Amino acid sequence: MTNGFSSYFADPVQWAWAGVMFWLVLGFAALLLQGSQRLLTRLVFPLGALGALAIAGVGVAGMLLPVSTVVLPIGLPDLPFHLRLDALSAFFMVLLGGAAFGITVYASGYFRSMAAGPLALLALWYHLFLAGMVTVLLADDAYAFMVAWEVMALSSYFLVTTDHKIPEIRRAGFLYLLIAHVGAISLLLTFGVLQGGHGDYTFDTMRLAERTPFWASAAYLLALFGFGAKAGLVPMHVWLPEAHPAAPSPVSALMSGVMLKTAIYGLLRVTFDLLNIQIGWWGTLALALGLITALYGVIFAAVQSDMKRLLAWSSIENIGILLAAFGLTLIFYTDGKGALAALTLTAMLYHALNHAFFKGLLFVGTGSVLHATGERNMGRLGGLMRFMPWTAWLTLVGALAIAGLPPLNGFVSEWLLLQAFLLTPGLTQPYLNMVIPVAAAIVALAAALAAYVMVKFYGVVFLGQPRDPALHHAHEASWPERLGMLWLAAGCVLLGLFPTQVIVWLEPVVRMLTGQTLPSGSSWLLLTPVSAERASYAPLIFFAVVVGVLLLTILWVRRVYHGRVRRSDPWDCGYPEQDARMQDSAEGFGQPIRQIFEIFMRVERETPDPFSRSPRYHGASLDKLWFILYEPIARVAGWLSEQAGRLQHGRIQWYLIYSFATLIFLLVFTTR
Amino acid sequence: MSTGILLQLAQTLLAILLAPLLMGWVNQCRAWLQGRSAPPITQPYRTLKKLFHKDAVIAHHASPLFRFAPYMIFACMALAAGIVPTIANDLPFSPAADVIALVGIFALARVFLALAAMDIGSAFGTLGARREMLVSFLAEPALLMVFFTASLISQSTQLPIIVQTLAHREFAIYPSLAFAAVAFWMISVAENARIPVDNPSTHLELTMIHEAMILEYSARHLALIEWAVALKLFTYSALGVALFLPWGIAAQGDVAALPLALLAMVAKLLLGGAVLAFLETISAKVRLFRAPEFLGTAFLLAVLGMLIHFLLEV
Repeated sequence: MTNGFSSYFADPVQWAWAGVMFWLVLGFAALLLQGSQRLLTRLVFPLGALGALAIAGVGVAGMLLPVSTVVLPIGLPDLPFHLRLDALSAFFMVLLGGAAFGITVYASGYFRSMAAGPLALLALWYHLFLAGMVTVLLADDAYAFMVAWEVMALSSYFLVTTDHKIPEIRRAGFLYLLIAHVGAISLLLTFGVLQGGHGDYTFDTMRLAERTPFWASAAYLLALFGFGAKAGLVPMHVWLPEAHPAAPSPVSALMSGVMLKTAIYGLLRVTFDLLNIQIGWWGTLALALGLITALYGVIFAAVQSDMKRLLAWSSIENIGILLAAFGLTLIFYTDGKGALAALTLTAMLYHALNHAFFKGLLFVGTGSVLHATGERNMGRLGGLMRFMPWTAWLTLVGALAIAGLPPLNGFVSEWLLLQAFLLTPGLTQPYLNMVIPVAAAIVALAAALAAYVMVKFYGVVFLGQPRDPALHHAHEASWPERLGMLWLAAGCVLLGLFPTQVIVWLEPVVRMLTGQTLPSGSSWLLLTPVSAERASYAPLIFFAVVVGVLLLTILWVRRVYHGRVRRSDPWDCGYPEQDARMQDSAEGFGQPIRQIFEIFMRVERETPDPFSRSPRYHGASLDKLWFILYEPIARVAGWLSEQAGRLQHGRIQWYLIYSFATLIFLLVFTTR
Repeated sequence: MSTGILLQLAQTLLAILLAPLLMGWVNQCRAWLQGRSAPPITQPYRTLKKLFHKDAVIAHHASPLFRFAPYMIFACMALAAGIVPTIANDLPFSPAADVIALVGIFALARVFLALAAMDIGSAFGTLGARREMLVSFLAEPALLMVFFTASLISQSTQLPIIVQTLAHREFAIYPSLAFAAVAFWMISVAENARIPVDNPSTHLELTMIHEAMILEYSARHLALIEWAVALKLFTYSALGVALFLPWGIAAQGDVAALPLALLAMVAKLLLGGAVLAFLETISAKVRLFRAPEFLGTAFLLAVLGMLIHFLLEV
C-alpha cells in the first residue's frame, strides 16, 4: 500500500482486481444478510450482476489497452500474486462478464423460492466462484493460478452440492471433485515441468525458458490432460453429465457456459504463450481428441431423457469442437500458415463466446421449466409453450443458435471453422491432407446431429401436449428471469448478425497468439475472412431478405385470399382416441440414434410382462466408458486400499513396530 | 449492378412461379411410366389454388409456432431458390450466402417443419419429425461434403464462382466430381422425400416421413408447404444442374445469352425430372432403417470424392 490509492487503480488489471474484491466482499456480506431473503435476492445478486458487467467492460478496455501487470503482496511472504491483463485474458473476461451478467440477473429471480439461510451460503459460493474464475484469467504465476483454480473448483463443488441431502447429488459432487483434482495434479505437474528447475514460478520466466522438445511435449500433454479434465474431454467427461444436472440451473449455466472456457483459456495460455516451441503432432492429437469428444458428446446427448443431462452432453460436444479448432490452429501454426491459424483461432474464440451465450440461455431456460413444473425428465413435460411463452420463445433462440442455424451466432463460428477446413490443401505434411477432409466430415456430422438433439429437446419439452395434467398449472418465469434470458438471447442474435465487428474486435487476441490477423477485406456488412472471391457471408442481408420474404408472403396471402381460421380437434389421420402419452417420449425420439450408435453404449432395457397389472418400461443408455475404463480403475483402487487396510489393526503395538521399522529403514538407507 | 438486381429478382420469381410446373412434370412422367393416365402438368397449380381458397382448420391447442412455420419454410425456400444460379450467373445477392449458408437455409426450414410437426402432439407428427431428423442428420453433412468437393476444385464457396469455374474448365474428367454427383443424387432423393427413402404419395402411416409431418396442416398453410416442397425440388434440381451440368449458363453481364440459357435450363430440368420419375418407378421404397444405410453410403461417397480430390487433383 505504499504506492497510494490512485496508482493502484490506474490500469485495467487493477480495475479487474477491484472487481474480484467487490465480488469477494459481496459474497461475505451475503453471509451477514442470512436473515433477509429479500435483500439477498434483490440486492446481492443484482449487485453481483453489475460486477459482471463491470468485468466485461474492463475486458473490452483490456483488449484495446496495452498489457498491464501488477504484483499484489498477498499470499505467502516471499510469494506475491502476479497478475497480468493481456488481450487473451481480456477476451475471456468479456466472455465471463457478458454471460455471467445475464445468468446472475436470472439468478436473482430464480433463487427467490429458496430459504434465506442456505441462500446466503449459496451467494457466498456463487460470488467466490465468479471471483475465482476471473483470477484464473488474471493470474501471471503458477502459484496464483493454482490458488484461483482451486477456489474455482471448490466453490463450484459446494454449488453443485447445494441440495446435498439427496444422495445422487452428493455422489455427483464427489465425482466432480475427484476429477477436478486429478486434473489439478496434472496442472501442478505442468507448471513443474514448465519452470524447468529455475524454482521461479512466474509466467514471465516460463516464457523465456529454453526447453527441449521432449520437455515441451511433456508439459503440453500434462496440460492437455489437466485442462481436458476440467473441460470434459473424452474420456474425462464423466463428471459433466452428473454434476450439471445436480447443480441449480444458474450454476449449471455458469459452469457449462463459462467455467469450461477457463480450461480452454488455460490450454491456449500454456500452448501458445508459456511454451515457446510448438510441435505439429500436438495439433493432430488435439484435433483427433476433439473430434472424438464432439461425436461422442452429441450421440449421447441424443439419447438422454433428462433435459439438463442432455445439455451437459451437448456441452461436451461443443468442447470437442473447440478442441478440434484448437488442434487445427496448432497444425496450421506449426506448418507456418499463419493466416490460416489466425482464421481457425478466430473461429475457435468466436465459438467459445457463442457457447457461453447459448448454453447459458438453454440452461437457465431449463431452470425456469424446472421451477414451473418440478420436473427434469422430458418424458413428463410437453406443451409448455402455451403456459410459459416467454421462456419458450427465448429458449427457441438458444436452441436454433446451438443447432448452428443462420442467421444466429452458432452458424457464424461453424461457418468460419468449415472455411478453415476448406483452405487446407497445401499443407506440407501429406498425411494431414488426408486427415483433414475426414475431420471436416466429422465436424459437419456433429453439427447436423446437434440439430437433431435440439429438435428433440425443444419439441419434447415445449411443444406438443402436456404429458402430465399438472403441467396445466405451470407458471411463467419471473421478470428477472425473463430479463436474464432476454440478455443472453440478445447476445445470440447480435453475435450472429454482426460477425465482422466481432472479428475485428477479436484481432488483438489472434495477433497475440499467432502473430497474424485476418485480411481486413470485410466490410461492415459482408464477412469475407479470406477474400471476397473465396467466401463471404452477410447475415444482415440474409436476415433482411428472410424477414422481407416472410412479410411479403404473409401480406400477399392475407390480401389475395383470406385469413379465416377454424379451430377443431387435431386430425391425426382420423384416429379418434389419441392422448398425450402417444407422443414420442424423449427415449422414443432418441431411439434411431441409439439403434445406429449402439456400439458406444450399454443399453439397459426392462420390458414389462404382458400380463402385468401395472406395466413399467425402463430403458437407459449408459456410457460404455464407465464400464470399460472407470470401473476397472475403481476396482484396482479398491483392491489397493483393501490391501493397505490389512496393515491397520487398530492395535497400538503394531503401529509402534511400524514406526520403529520405518525409522530403522530410513537410518540404514538414507544416512551416509 | 442494376441489371444484376433485375436478373436476381426475375430469376427468383421465375423459380417460385415455375417450381410447381417441375413437380407437375415429374408426376406426369411417373404416371406415364406406370401406365396410368397422367394428370395435366398444371395440376399442382390447381391444387394450390384450391388450398388457398379453403378455410384453415387448426387444432385447438396449436401454438403460434405452428401457424408461423409455413411462412418461414416458404421464405427459406424462396431464399434458397434465389441463391442458386439457374439461368444467369450474375447474382448480386449471392455474396450474402454461400454454399454453407445454403445448407444452413435448408436446415432452418427443416427444423421449423419438424418443430411444427411436434407442436400438435399427435402420434404421427412426432414420428414424422423424428424420421425427418434421422434422414437429415446424414444427408446434411453429405451435402456439405459434396459442396466442399466442388469448392475445393474452384477455390471458393460461392455458388456463382463455383459454377463459373466448373462451366469454363477444360473438358476433363474429375473423378471426385463423379463421386460427388452420385452422392448428390442420393441426397436429393432423400431430402425431397422421394422413393426409395420416402414416398411423396403415401399416406400409409408405417412408411411416411414427410407426409406425417404435415398431416395437421390444411388450406393456405398446407399450400405454402406444398409450394415450398416444389421449390425445394426445383432448387435441388437447379443445384445438380449447376454443379454437374453447368454448360450453357449465361456469364456475368451477358444478357444476349439469356434466352439460350433459359432454353438449356428448361431442357436440362425436363430431362432431370424424367430421369427422377424413371428411377422412382423402377425402385421400391426401402425400410426405414435401411434409410440410414442408404444415406451413410451417400455420406461415404461424398467424403471419398473429397479425399480423391486431395489425392489425385491437387
